[in-house]
Amino acid sequence: MKRKKLPSGSEWSFSTLKHYEREIARVAASFGLDTYPNQLEIINAEQMMDNYATIGMPLGYYHWSFGKQYINVEKSYKRGLMGLAYEMVINSNPCISYLLEENTLVMQATVIAHACYGHNAFFKGNYLFTTWTNPESIIDYLVFSRNFIAECEERYGIDEVEMLLDACHALSNYGVDRYKRPQALSLQEEKARQKMRETYLQAQVNDLWRTIPHTHKPQKKIKPELAPFPKEPEENLLYFIEKNAPLLEPWQREIIRIVRKIACYFYPQRLTKLMNEGWATFWHYTLINALYDEKLLTDEFMLEFIENHTSVIQQNEFYDKHYNGLNPYALGYAIFADIRRMCENPTNEDKEWFPDLVGQPWEKALDFAMRNFKDDSFIAQYLSPHIIRKLKLFAILDDPTNTELVVSAIHDEQGYRKIRELLSNQYNLSLTEPNIQVYNVDMRGDRSLTLRHVQQDGKPLSDDTTEVLKHLHYLWGFDVKLESITPSGTFVCAYNCPEKELAVLELK
Amino acid sequence: MSQFIDKRLNGKNKSAVNRQRFIRRFKQQIKEAVSEAIQKRSIKDIESGERIIIPRRDIDEPKIHHGAGGRREFVLPGNQEFLKGDKLHRPSSGASGSGDSEASDTGEGSDDFSFYITKEEFLSIFFDDLELPDLIKTKLTEIPMMETIQGGFSKVGTPPNLNILRTFRNAIARRLTFKRNYDKKIDELEQSKNLQETETSSTKLKKSNLIDKQIRELKKKKKQVPFIDSFDLRFNTHLQRPKLTTQAVMFCIMDVSGSMDEQKKELAKRFFILLYLFLNRNYKTIRIVFVRHHTAAKEVDEQEFFYSRETGGTVVSSALELVHKIMTERFPSADWNIYIAQASDGDNWNADSPLCGEILNDKILPFIQYYAYVEIMPRHHQSLWKTYLTLQEHHKNFSMRSIDNIKDIYPVLHDLFRRKDK
Repeated sequence: MKRKKLPSGSEWSFSTLKHYEREIARVAASFGLDTYPNQLEIINAEQMMDNYATIGMPLGYYHWSFGKQYINVEKSYKRGLMGLAYEMVINSNPCISYLLEENTLVMQATVIAHACYGHNAFFKGNYLFTTWTNPESIIDYLVFSRNFIAECEERYGIDEVEMLLDACHALSNYGVDRYKRPQALSLQEEKARQKMRETYLQAQVNDLWRTIPHTHKPQKKIKPELAPFPKEPEENLLYFIEKNAPLLEPWQREIIRIVRKIACYFYPQRLTKLMNEGWATFWHYTLINALYDEKLLTDEFMLEFIENHTSVIQQNEFYDKHYNGLNPYALGYAIFADIRRMCENPTNEDKEWFPDLVGQPWEKALDFAMRNFKDDSFIAQYLSPHIIRKLKLFAILDDPTNTELVVSAIHDEQGYRKIRELLSNQYNLSLTEPNIQVYNVDMRGDRSLTLRHVQQDGKPLSDDTTEVLKHLHYLWGFDVKLESITPSGTFVCAYNCPEKELAVLELK
Repeated sequence: MSQFIDKRLNGKNKSAVNRQRFIRRFKQQIKEAVSEAIQKRSIKDIESGERIIIPRRDIDEPKIHHGAGGRREFVLPGNQEFLKGDKLHRPSSGASGSGDSEASDTGEGSDDFSFYITKEEFLSIFFDDLELPDLIKTKLTEIPMMETIQGGFSKVGTPPNLNILRTFRNAIARRLTFKRNYDKKIDELEQSKNLQETETSSTKLKKSNLIDKQIRELKKKKKQVPFIDSFDLRFNTHLQRPKLTTQAVMFCIMDVSGSMDEQKKELAKRFFILLYLFLNRNYKTIRIVFVRHHTAAKEVDEQEFFYSRETGGTVVSSALELVHKIMTERFPSADWNIYIAQASDGDNWNADSPLCGEILNDKILPFIQYYAYVEIMPRHHQSLWKTYLTLQEHHKNFSMRSIDNIKDIYPVLHDLFRRKDK
């Protein structure tokens, strides 16, 4: 059966877009891509900038930092310093993709394949997204949070709410339970439970800080100073504050919770940037090529497509003045494409390094890789010598005890494993973000809160830390202290808020 | 499965509120920038947006992350000549690993956050806490301002104005009454049918057939009562009603005599332009009268007031007389809030100053809300200033300031028209 070629030219219309979308959907299904239903929204440049400002949330509560973000984007865009993304895609069900109206037809087709079938399948399949996010309820939750915060602003004043949000934003990277699965909730449940929480929480907190002695005799099980609080160190600072800060009002706790929940929703995206983009890039390339193989696309279309694709996966080398780190599109795409290559045309080296992949159906192997990994484990598992050589990766050791930098590994037999490990670490959030946990609360004394930072490789905290502590102090309401220690437990330094004078310290 | 939605025509200012929040937060900095900007501007482009610079440290959102230092090992692409164990000099920039921290040499490198505010934002910040004092007058009279109000309901109107609630209420009432009428008749007939039990069967049959027929007809009629009828319809009506507002007039008096050199004129013009912008922005219904004078005064339009040149001697009282004349002819003080702003270099024909004081004291100040006098003269105040000083002592609604240079204009304007919290 001979099919008619798809329309070409640079102008798109809704009918041509629908036509392309249908064909891409057909091919995607034939490769076994499992996606949420798609909702494609055509927007203009201003609307795209709006979306940038709210980090891609289709709606959100109001805060000055989003305004700042918008002004920044608008400024660079108007001066021509920055192009806008061709698309933006929301992890929701149905999956919402924003397509920029200025895109050419080829670009729109690429973006449909990339976002609506690539990212979409990733959102639906990857284990982090399935465990950490609830695409069905995210929009509802955003509506709830915006209304709740607006209500608080009306009741308690914009300044009060703004201060609280500032403080929460400063700690939002520490608002995620990394090892516990969050529960799924719908809007109604969320509302109902919010009321319950309010009363319950306050009762809890009051009990924790009860200062009036019990009328009956306290049980003499353990001496109070022997029972530390919290029992285990807590990594989720915002959660800890929400549940335990003594002076917060119920509405403040709820807002902390909102920031925490939204941080939690974005957490998988931070962990899978490389994979997600690599996967989507791989699929737009594969899907469009499949259509071309069916002779549905013109050569002009393909030329423009290949040019776009090439610039997306461009990797500048480190000495290039445009070098801006490793391009997640390039590296991710390279690894996924390499998995396919190893399944279909393995070399002897691949047989030695990846015996499990050789001869497997590539669709299955790729699907497995997409579902079960995050950036660091994905690299640790799949970065092949072939890619290391192709990108000419090498490692540099910057040790302050040496006067010079040392090249510690290059793309050769001895270096492959080392480079793979180092690159994996580079994408490991628990290594790239300082490890900070709530360590102790002085329950019987001045109610001060102590955090512990365990240094990795002697890396100190940045100067911002004192500012962040001020925010934490605002939330906690009493003295806050952050101690840096080495992994072996040696004390390095401490940050206090409010800053203590030395004399006071000596007295203690 | 897939759905396309064209969102391009939807509102694009999703971030407008966020932008307002941003401006609200940095109001102090923005305000300073605005008042500085107003000094540098030429008169013609005084009404436009402005670039605002805010120090980066005020605007940063702190987050916890690693600082410089410590042992780092990182991967880079594009090895050309390195072998394992090669040693390299540390980049001299001092900043640590070039690994994932973006190099600053390509960025803007500036420490400040700059952005543009629009003309509206500029003016609203600029005039933020200014107002005309004592805008309470006297008599509320009509200025041709109409407001639209609900004007009850009518039986005729256009479909968009249909009042569904009232229409349906009427429809239900009508249906009930009409049907009730038929029901009543049917009931009566059925009762009479039953009453005929006693009569003989032949007449009974005949009669009851007749009654049945009537009942059928009535039932048919009952069914025909329409669900909604044209006389059920009710429409909302709207009335135009003149809105009562207080009316105000502002007299702007400027000295354009020879002693006012270009620089002073420029200052005076700036003062009036700001005043004019402020008035136009905040008081939609205010009338403005421009009066310029040298030895003789003349009422002019805005264009002429700001942009044409004249020279000659100075007789201030001529302007005051003219103002008084205009006041009595066109703006009776019973009906109008009257404000007067005067700018001059204080130069006046000496014998004229006492006359000015007299006119103000007797003919003007008792009838007006506020009189602001601005003298563009750093030192050497002359007779006019002295005369006015005594006026200031006796009249609460009279105030005066002297302007030294361009920097003073904004503070003085601010001072004269400061919002007074009650």
